[in-house]
Amino acid sequence: MSSLFAFTLLGLFTGAAYAIVASGLVLTYATTRVFNIAHGAFGMVLAFTFWDFTQRQGMPTLLSLFLVLGVVAPAIGWFIQRFVTKGLGEGPVSVALVVTVGLLVGLIGLAQYIWPPEPRILLPFHPETGWQVGETYITAHQLITIICSIVVAVGLYVLLNRTRIGTAMRASVDNPELLKLFGGRPDTAASLAWAIGMSLAALGGILLTPVVGLDYYALTLLVINAYAAAMLGRLKSLPLTFAGAMGLGILESWAVAYLPTEGFWSTIRPVIPALFLFAIVVVMPQAQLRIGQVKGIVSAPVPNLRKSMGWGVVLLVFGYVLIGAVSRADVLLIGVAATYAMVMLSLVLLTGYGGHVSLAQFTFAGVGALAYAKLEEPNLTGLVLSAVIAAGVGALVALPVLRLTGLYLALSTMAFAVLMDKMIFQADYAFKFNGVLATERLSIAGIKIESDTSYVWFMVLCFVVMAVALLTLRRGALGRLLIAMRDSPSACGTLGLDLRWFRVGLFSASAGMAGAAGALFAGLRGTVGAADFLYFQSLLVLLLAVVFGVTSVTGALLGGTALMLLPVWQSSSPELAGLLFALLGFGAVLLGRDPNGIANNVFKLGRWGWGRWGGDVLGDLDERVGGRLAAITRGLSGNLMRPGSPSPARSVDDEIAADELDAPLAGKVV
Amino acid sequence: MALLEVDDVVVKFGGVTAVNHATFTADSGVITGLIGPNGAGKTTCFNVISGLQRPTSGRVRFTGRSVTRWPVHRRAKHGVGRTFQRLEAFGSLTVRDNVRVAADIQGGPLAWLRPDLGSGRSGRLAIEALLDRVGIAEYADERADSIPTGTARLLELARALACDPKLLLLDEPSSGLDETETDAFGDLLKDLASEGCAILMVEHDMDLVMAVCDEIHVLDFGTIIASGDPAEIRNDPAVQRAYLGYAEVEDDTSVMEAIS
Amino acid sequence: MSVPILEVVDLHAAYGRIEVLRGVDLAVPKGAVMALLGPNGAGKSTLVKVICGQKAATSGDIHLAGVHLKGAGSDDLARVGLCTIPEGRSVFPNLTVEENLVLMSYAGVSRGAILDTAYSYFPRLHERRNQLAGTMSGGEQQMLAMSRALASDPALLLLDELSMGLAPLIVEELYETVARIAESGVSILCIEQFARTALKVSDYAAVMSGGRIVATGEPGEILDTMADVILGGAA
Repeated sequence: MSSLFAFTLLGLFTGAAYAIVASGLVLTYATTRVFNIAHGAFGMVLAFTFWDFTQRQGMPTLLSLFLVLGVVAPAIGWFIQRFVTKGLGEGPVSVALVVTVGLLVGLIGLAQYIWPPEPRILLPFHPETGWQVGETYITAHQLITIICSIVVAVGLYVLLNRTRIGTAMRASVDNPELLKLFGGRPDTAASLAWAIGMSLAALGGILLTPVVGLDYYALTLLVINAYAAAMLGRLKSLPLTFAGAMGLGILESWAVAYLPTEGFWSTIRPVIPALFLFAIVVVMPQAQLRIGQVKGIVSAPVPNLRKSMGWGVVLLVFGYVLIGAVSRADVLLIGVAATYAMVMLSLVLLTGYGGHVSLAQFTFAGVGALAYAKLEEPNLTGLVLSAVIAAGVGALVALPVLRLTGLYLALSTMAFAVLMDKMIFQADYAFKFNGVLATERLSIAGIKIESDTSYVWFMVLCFVVMAVALLTLRRGALGRLLIAMRDSPSACGTLGLDLRWFRVGLFSASAGMAGAAGALFAGLRGTVGAADFLYFQSLLVLLLAVVFGVTSVTGALLGGTALMLLPVWQSSSPELAGLLFALLGFGAVLLGRDPNGIANNVFKLGRWGWGRWGGDVLGDLDERVGGRLAAITRGLSGNLMRPGSPSPARSVDDEIAADELDAPLAGKVV
Repeated sequence: MALLEVDDVVVKFGGVTAVNHATFTADSGVITGLIGPNGAGKTTCFNVISGLQRPTSGRVRFTGRSVTRWPVHRRAKHGVGRTFQRLEAFGSLTVRDNVRVAADIQGGPLAWLRPDLGSGRSGRLAIEALLDRVGIAEYADERADSIPTGTARLLELARALACDPKLLLLDEPSSGLDETETDAFGDLLKDLASEGCAILMVEHDMDLVMAVCDEIHVLDFGTIIASGDPAEIRNDPAVQRAYLGYAEVEDDTSVMEAIS
Repeated sequence: MSVPILEVVDLHAAYGRIEVLRGVDLAVPKGAVMALLGPNGAGKSTLVKVICGQKAATSGDIHLAGVHLKGAGSDDLARVGLCTIPEGRSVFPNLTVEENLVLMSYAGVSRGAILDTAYSYFPRLHERRNQLAGTMSGGEQQMLAMSRALASDPALLLLDELSMGLAPLIVEELYETVARIAESGVSILCIEQFARTALKVSDYAAVMSGGRIVATGEPGEILDTMADVILGGAA
């Protein structure tokens, strides 16, 4: 009995810290409708800043705390709202997600650059002080955490209910345009929300650091705990968020106390937030469709069959020549690039065409690789089966979110990636902890593709086949449907399309493509392990796909190549490794608003070059493509010139996400 | 039993009652008008019938079955088609492709994977015929966000017709059409009705309503205040009040002449 | 004649390619109540949106009390005395009545004064001060919205479809309030579907159709034109 009390108390302490982080997340999301995936990453960077102030600069604890919470964090929050996330809330959910994922990756890179990996210790507050309560020992740090959470709860209540600016913050959730007619300034309210949200991320991060360690990734992942807690209050209600955080903390503590320390159950602790999240998502009520969309999305040109086949052959020839010319190590790198390119191709289908974001695409590749290794069928059947299994798992991830909308789907995928990474992939029936599985190369019709060169060329061939198939689908009925669904989900519904199952199918197909890529990757490597499919890799895949153009096959090819080169560059100059991440992340922040990405500029360059010197070489180029390109150019330059404004392209999720907020049952904040 | 029966439907948004115990029907082969001032709850009624809005209370019956709890797409599959007051055309597709999407959706998932390589000739002819019938064939290759409002409304009608509906809900279909187009549109509606389609129409153009509707329901503050044929509606004092305000209507003959 | 409180000159505005305002010219004399009537889709609400700064005009000029408005946001205009009550939901449904009133102090009047004015005009709001605005009836919500006009003593009041979705008796009551605000010398531009209700309280009226002002004059003269335009010349 007393141990139950002790563990509950322990759980309350972590729960209190989660509550602080989560309330910051809710505050920023509710006032600006931008879900900040980098919330945990900001907490991480600010915890490092706190360490820097206290340990490296030797400033007094209280002064450092004041500087971090009162100056640095609010300044960052204000800056981010003003110059990065402003206006994103009214745009497509996918853009806001990509931009904040960019922030996340950039912040991790920045932290690694400023504070290179080395053991750092951040001591709890008053480490020597503590009290014996019955059989439980309560440290001063625990008490301080609980007090902080109470102060935060009361402070937020007073701010939101007793002050005019707080009331304005809640009003701007309802209707920012009306607030302006009242003479209020929604922007000021949003900036304040972000400033406070950032301070709360910092406070939570600092309080939790003695528990989880001063670690780039562990602190960043706190966003999942915060999100899980906030989901109980539908990302809106602060009291329910506090309840969710406490429940999560206690659940974790009990798991440590009562679950066996060996075998399957020992791996469950790190994934409790993810499981908690799925449980809540499953019982969430149905979201309603909304009418009234902004239309006219500019997309990358789709080449006709002849042209895509032509380019496919060119790529195959180029691949053949390249593979023959480079060293064995580089041949394998080309294979890796082909893997990434195929995974990004799956994102072209899901994100580029469908408007949904997945933060677990490389995890699906892992599922495919695992299936391929376990099936021990190194032939086309095995390849197809692996893809089907990955597709099935994809459907399983999308199903609980069936009744909900884009944002929740994307966030659930992140929880899923962490779940697979920390638990399933490391389990005994999978790759095992630190273990690897041996895989064989594929045979077709009894002939084994043994040599590196021919296997890698086969992978390039697979990419070309997938790409041509995807483009063919894009030109057909499915392509029309995807565009129609983005333009007006309500109209699709009234024409008889079941959007929910369509989305599950789309998600599943995309997971299947990634799974096939993973299976091919397993064959290439000969051995695969859990370390090959870390959740973080999926974030990089998404970012590079978006940066290079998630609406086109060319973008996937360029992005795959770049992602392969990233570790190569990093190992060639390790001191700049973090900086590369930072550049990539913040680059994505800048480019995330234009899903057509760099590939689009390549198309433009190509046209310009041909127009200049090629003349009628490109005589058969579709006239309309040219017109569309011009439109894209206009859209692009328009966006770049007005960094604060939302992009004109809107996807399916955005309206619905707004709908979530409007839902009357959501009630008011606090 | 009528094809569509809206039975005692109430819709509340917060404290505002948008539809207040509305009961009316629409039947096959009949053009039914739903008229009333701005904010009377007409579009909300349409959303309830097509499934985009859950009613607070009340029932919707279609072909004799209660469809109140059915999702949008299921009602569509059973023959409820509609157009929107605020246009919901697929802006980045051509006019022809807008209609093709409707046909694609009818085709089911397996048809979606089929590439467009000259297949489905008969289906394509049907689409051209449909575009021709509503009179927008000349716009077939234009992007839907670049055509005039009136044409886009006709496009939505063509799109709905591609699903072969039993009941057609038209939300202000004639706004944006000129006089000739409106006349042609009225004839088209009569044709459709004679083929057995039930048409329920929200419309502000009184000439059109009076000319084509067999039955009219007048909605005011979410309540049906009058039902009847055009002649009855024209002479109903409650209708005149709803339309022109609340001063002494009886004394003012010019207004009564205006509506009659 | 003194400078009109609001003067709109050759105003154009469009949604995408569709032009909704096609050269609107309108002047509201200081201290007068002007009713703006017209059928659906005439561009009335768009005109209000452009005047109050929510939507940018493509060309044309707006002068408020002789000052040329250019690029001012709706929050700036609200702070200098343009009070706009938009159509439909014009209160915050998830805030209490009192919180709604507190926000009205952004327009430059102290919160105490606003509460006093609102509660003395509408005692019912005082009874419901801790109730969420969204749970009140439509009429009560409009009373709350009108409190902003009453308390802030605006230079110009823009009313868009005050009567939308409300019962006749409540509309009458609201227009009595409008008349009272007008008596205190506030200039009002009032957009209304129900011609008669609006014309009763107004000094001038204008009829809008197809994105232009097609008639202006005294309320009596306007009524005949009105019947034609609204009912599509069905006579």
